[in-house]
Amino acid sequence: MQPFTTHTGIVAPLDRANVDTDQIIPKQFLKRIERTGFGQFLFFDWRSLPDGTPNPDFELNRPEYAGASILLARRNFGCGSSREHAPWALADYGFRVVIAPTFADIFFSNCFQNGMLPIRLDEQDVETLFQRASSGPYRLHVDLMAGTLSDDADFSREFQIDPFRRTCLLNGLDAIALSLQQSDKIAAWEASHGVLPVSDVLGNTR
Amino acid sequence: MTTPPRTLLEKIWDEHLVAAPQGEQPMLYIDCHLVHEVTSPQAFEGLRLAQRRIRRPEATFATPDHNVPTTDRRLPITDLISKQQIDTLRSNCQEFGVRLFDLGDADQGIVHIIGPELGITQPGMTIVCGDSHTATHGALGALAFGIGTSEVEHVLATQTLRQSKPRSFEVRVDGALHPGITAKDLVLFLIGKLSTEGGTGYVIEYTGPCIRKLTMEERMTVCNMSIEAGARAGMIAPDDVTFDYLRGRDFAPPDFAAAVARWKTLPSDPDAIYDRLEIYNGGDVVPQVTWGTNPAQVVGIDSVVPNPVDFADPSDRESGVRALDYMGLSSGRPIVEIPLDRVFIGSCTNSRIEDLRAAARVVRGYRVVSSVHAMVVPGSGRVKRQAEQEGLDRLFTDAGFEWREAGCSMCLGMNPDTLAPGERCASTSNRNFEGRQGKGGRTHLVSPAMAAAAAVSGHFVDIRQWQYR
Ligand code: SF4
Repeated sequence: MQPFTTHTGIVAPLDRANVDTDQIIPKQFLKRIERTGFGQFLFFDWRSLPDGTPNPDFELNRPEYAGASILLARRNFGCGSSREHAPWALADYGFRVVIAPTFADIFFSNCFQNGMLPIRLDEQDVETLFQRASSGPYRLHVDLMAGTLSDDADFSREFQIDPFRRTCLLNGLDAIALSLQQSDKIAAWEASHGVLPVSDVLGNTR
Repeated sequence: MTTPPRTLLEKIWDEHLVAAPQGEQPMLYIDCHLVHEVTSPQAFEGLRLAQRRIRRPEATFATPDHNVPTTDRRLPITDLISKQQIDTLRSNCQEFGVRLFDLGDADQGIVHIIGPELGITQPGMTIVCGDSHTATHGALGALAFGIGTSEVEHVLATQTLRQSKPRSFEVRVDGALHPGITAKDLVLFLIGKLSTEGGTGYVIEYTGPCIRKLTMEERMTVCNMSIEAGARAGMIAPDDVTFDYLRGRDFAPPDFAAAVARWKTLPSDPDAIYDRLEIYNGGDVVPQVTWGTNPAQVVGIDSVVPNPVDFADPSDRESGVRALDYMGLSSGRPIVEIPLDRVFIGSCTNSRIEDLRAAARVVRGYRVVSSVHAMVVPGSGRVKRQAEQEGLDRLFTDAGFEWREAGCSMCLGMNPDTLAPGERCASTSNRNFEGRQGKGGRTHLVSPAMAAAAAVSGHFVDIRQWQYR
């Protein structure tokens, strides 16, 4: 996984609440068997008009947000389906940070698996950022180690993040390798619960 | 020393805690892992790249459901990309030794239907699946939740999951449902109260007399939609209803009496404390219909389309306005006057035998109006066979419904079953998001009986006034 330490980028404001993963990546694009190549389909139904041309009204299509790498949204971002294709699409499109007042649980943890940082901020602060980002290219600096978010002017906030998740992101750790270090504990659990090669928990297979 | 009283969630959590290494997220043991074709290919590929194996293939079960055609199974799959995903699941299961209920298998079906139906889902288990509706299995007193594909890979490789302990949320429903009111109406009503993020960070345990009276299948409908309130999982403590349901199922424990004795220790202790409590009354629930583009945008059948201007919260106002625009509805319109083009009875929320019986009872002696295209998609091969034994398929087809093969179908329209832009559908599924059933499609979530009545009426009707024939 790509480590995340600091990041500076342009903010794309997406002024909507309850953005669900069906919008982030519509189902017709879930058929790929790879992790890559989803960026072109990000927010597909919003980005394109029925005839397939770009929708000029959609936020991400505006020239001032070209190359944005920080997405700003309203509360409950990423609700709905568990599809990890959502963070894959965001990352593939170029986003490294998503800022919102609240996130749906599964989306939130899926972000961390993909080197992407979801930041929860107060509704008030999010409102401030929306105002600043609405009038053209607006830049934010994220420092994960320090847990700070700031702009080139006077905006500066600390954000909270689970220390374990922070460590994993900072170092780009392979979560599975880390967990496999606990193999003896897993085996001990299995032994103490009578988990045999063929499970007794599930009864005999037919 | 006496142990402090614990909730059902805490008991399962404590039992499955493998390790809590200093400064790391706790590791939870996973008893059962369900796999489907859409969220697993990248996980298997990850295992292959790292040369890892599945730690416990025998605790892993797979079935193709999201992508599969629901028309004649003997015909080749015409969507080649879907076919590739289904073929990939097949070869992955073969390579890694996973039990697959394949397309031709008599027991294939929606993963959340077949888990309980085969008795794979059991009380006290931890169950995960790369699918947010895994919450369904909590109806049997399991801790069951959806995970992403990276986590699927993690569970395959380690049989554990990193999890922060969720907070517990007791949703108590007193009283009883009135005749004609279903579990679907109850859960839509609850989501309307809780909002789409009211449950975020929590595991909901549904308690109270109204819940205890529900059948096992009704409990599954309720738990299924917990995620629609943002909750990680929903659960209901096991009782005799649960044990009676499981007895004799294929994967039920051989020593069933011993298992029941163990399961009886699971319900929350009398003095257990939940992090949050909300109390509702089943008697307040009327048939529910969603009017917007998230499941919390819901009203009773005797209501009108609301005016978002009346909403207190600014972002609710904003999303309400956007939803009405998308849905092509104006405020003040009575729900019973909304005309429909399509009716879909299916999905892991409402495609079990009791759902089909309820819908069939409504359509008996009626015909689907000519302006409506209606279909029934059973949740599994077993449900389909059972329905055919009972003659339900004939009731549906005589009324003009299509009778399909098992799968997710138009719940998310990854297969050819989709809405055309602007088409309006009464659906028994769980999500009315923009484009969920097809780009530009308009979804209204309802119960199976309400969907059936809408199909023969051409618009929504109050099922409490239905003239059964
Ligand atoms: S029926 Fe719908 S909600 Fe259920 S698993 Fe299939 S796609 Fe998901």
